[in-house]
Amino acid sequence: MTARFKFAYASAVVLAAAAAAVLVSALVLAAIGVEPFAVFAVILTEPLKDTFGITEILVRSTPLILVALGISIAFRSGVLNIGAEGQIIIGIAAATAVAVSFPGLPKPVLLPLTLLAGAAGGAVWGGIAGTLKAKRDVNEILSTVMLNYIAAQLYGFLLRGPMIDPEELTMGSGTPQSVRLPRAAWLDRLIPGTRLHAGLIIALVLAVLVYVLLWRTTAGFRLRAAGAEPKAARYAGIRVQRSIVAAMLLSGAFAGLAGAVELSGVHRRAIESISSGYGFSGIVVALFAGLNPALIPPAAFFFGLLLLGADMTQRSMSVPANMVYVLQGAIILAIVSAKAVLADQYAREKAYRLYGRIFDRRHPETP
Amino acid sequence: MSTTQMILNILAIGVPFSVALLLAATGEMFNQRSGVFNLGCEGIMAMGAFAAFLPPFFLKDVLPADAANLLGLGAAVAVGAVLGLLFALVVTVFRAPQGIAGIGLQMLGVGVAGTLFRHYVGGVTGVEGIATIPLPLLSRIPGIGPVFFDLTPVAYAAFLFVPAAWYLLFKTPWGLKVRAVGTHPRAADTMGIDVIRTRFQALALGGALAGLAGAYLSLCQTKMFADDLIAGRGFIAVALVYFGRWHPVGILFGSLLFSLAQSFQLAVQVAGIDFPYEFAVMLPYALVIIVLSLARSSRSRGPAELGKPFNREKRV
Repeated sequence: MTARFKFAYASAVVLAAAAAAVLVSALVLAAIGVEPFAVFAVILTEPLKDTFGITEILVRSTPLILVALGISIAFRSGVLNIGAEGQIIIGIAAATAVAVSFPGLPKPVLLPLTLLAGAAGGAVWGGIAGTLKAKRDVNEILSTVMLNYIAAQLYGFLLRGPMIDPEELTMGSGTPQSVRLPRAAWLDRLIPGTRLHAGLIIALVLAVLVYVLLWRTTAGFRLRAAGAEPKAARYAGIRVQRSIVAAMLLSGAFAGLAGAVELSGVHRRAIESISSGYGFSGIVVALFAGLNPALIPPAAFFFGLLLLGADMTQRSMSVPANMVYVLQGAIILAIVSAKAVLADQYAREKAYRLYGRIFDRRHPETP
Repeated sequence: MSTTQMILNILAIGVPFSVALLLAATGEMFNQRSGVFNLGCEGIMAMGAFAAFLPPFFLKDVLPADAANLLGLGAAVAVGAVLGLLFALVVTVFRAPQGIAGIGLQMLGVGVAGTLFRHYVGGVTGVEGIATIPLPLLSRIPGIGPVFFDLTPVAYAAFLFVPAAWYLLFKTPWGLKVRAVGTHPRAADTMGIDVIRTRFQALALGGALAGLAGAYLSLCQTKMFADDLIAGRGFIAVALVYFGRWHPVGILFGSLLFSLAQSFQLAVQVAGIDFPYEFAVMLPYALVIIVLSLARSSRSRGPAELGKPFNREKRV
């Protein structure tokens, strides 16, 4: 099998998958009576037209990077964490509680404390699913999905009850939101007049650290080994159960941190629907980046662009907001299909024999 | 209100609630028995609920109500089966990992249903839906009569499908094939069973049932459609398959237990017991986790090859 054929085959599979995802999305757009390629053009170019658009992409990329890093750790360790959305929400609740409780602390203390509280909240929420999987063999996809629903209700209860801004009750409209965080818990804005905040730097630094953790440390090797071949890992003396719990704790911590960063960098108070689906988009980002921390920042930028562009089409072309889920669902199915087909050497051999039969009738080379 | 009356009320609300879970979980049972773990159930239910909602909503002046409803049910079953086949293509032909592919299908289904709904319908809108039909004589039995014998036709069909599903799975050649490809696909392949085709069939059936479950929610239970109508019931249905140990009767029992918990929760709220309602809403989701974590000790093993793609080319 020639190298040229291998390359052509891989390109064809990837292109076919991309075309299928585009086709599905285009069909849905056509069904709601808009010109699909006009919508794609707006989504992909409109946000890039000015500095403000680019900063808004980066604002969306920040939580996406953090969530996707956590998802990558979990998936690499063989744990399918679908619970980032819930872990973000619990992280936001924990970070708010800490920031609001200690308003007198100086910034160098309170800001890190707030972010760590978010990470701890997410870690606890992820750790529940990890422990249940390790100890009771509970399917982590189901438990994390259920924990997402539970977290949403818990957050609603906190915002309407114990954590509501007292002023909302006395003077306001009763909007379920917390008080504003003390300034000492705010992440600074990088460019005045935009929402771009220092959380982006944190996210990029952590991307490097996760890369080092997974590929340059023993702990990372253990995680990846337990994920790739649990039986072999166990035989090699790696405690697979412990690795599952560790992966979920870490993964949850990243999602919780994403929540805390979004809270202290963008909104600066806990409000309803603060996460707006970053927990699910983060999964798509992680898969798009091939679970590789080095590729996560560019992938997050691309999905930040998609999210912002989709927002814009909602306003300018009245494409419903749910369209983002169509795009993401189609992209997930396309990525996992393409990856599985590319990993299947038998399919490639078959394609090669077929290619030989069609184009080279003399003697198809046996693989 | 006497205790008996309260229990009857809980049953009267809970029994109809169980139908959507029962249908979806029975479908998922066929999927899993054939070796495929379909987490896209939630998305298929959303599409089914939306497809069923369309004819009664748009054709209410053109068609008689019964015909429109029937058309809606048919559309839901067809859409469900098509999505099941799409999932089969992704996980059996392309051999994509089933968990993540299922999440993709869930997003796709919920997204497409929501997008089309927002565009064509706009906001939450009701339809007349499918009325209950009291069975003669049986529904007159004091107490339990109205609970079990005054249901919608879809509900009767769902309960009657429990023994039918048992017969199909354990007493027919096709059921044997399904169980064989879920337990030992290589042996089944050696015996001349087309593993991929059988999985396609099981997934089409599972998808059709999930679509019907969605249609039950929009036409019979809530008589409306909303973006978040399914609210995790598809995932709960998947969990019920584990709980019911891949057996139709176990699944029936699980669906009833869950929906009774749900209606108990509603009864508690209605009775005016002071309790933050958010915790009541959490109950079924928390119950799934608790049930799954208790299930292990006494669990009969599931289909041996559950979640594993079959590749007949592969040397073993």
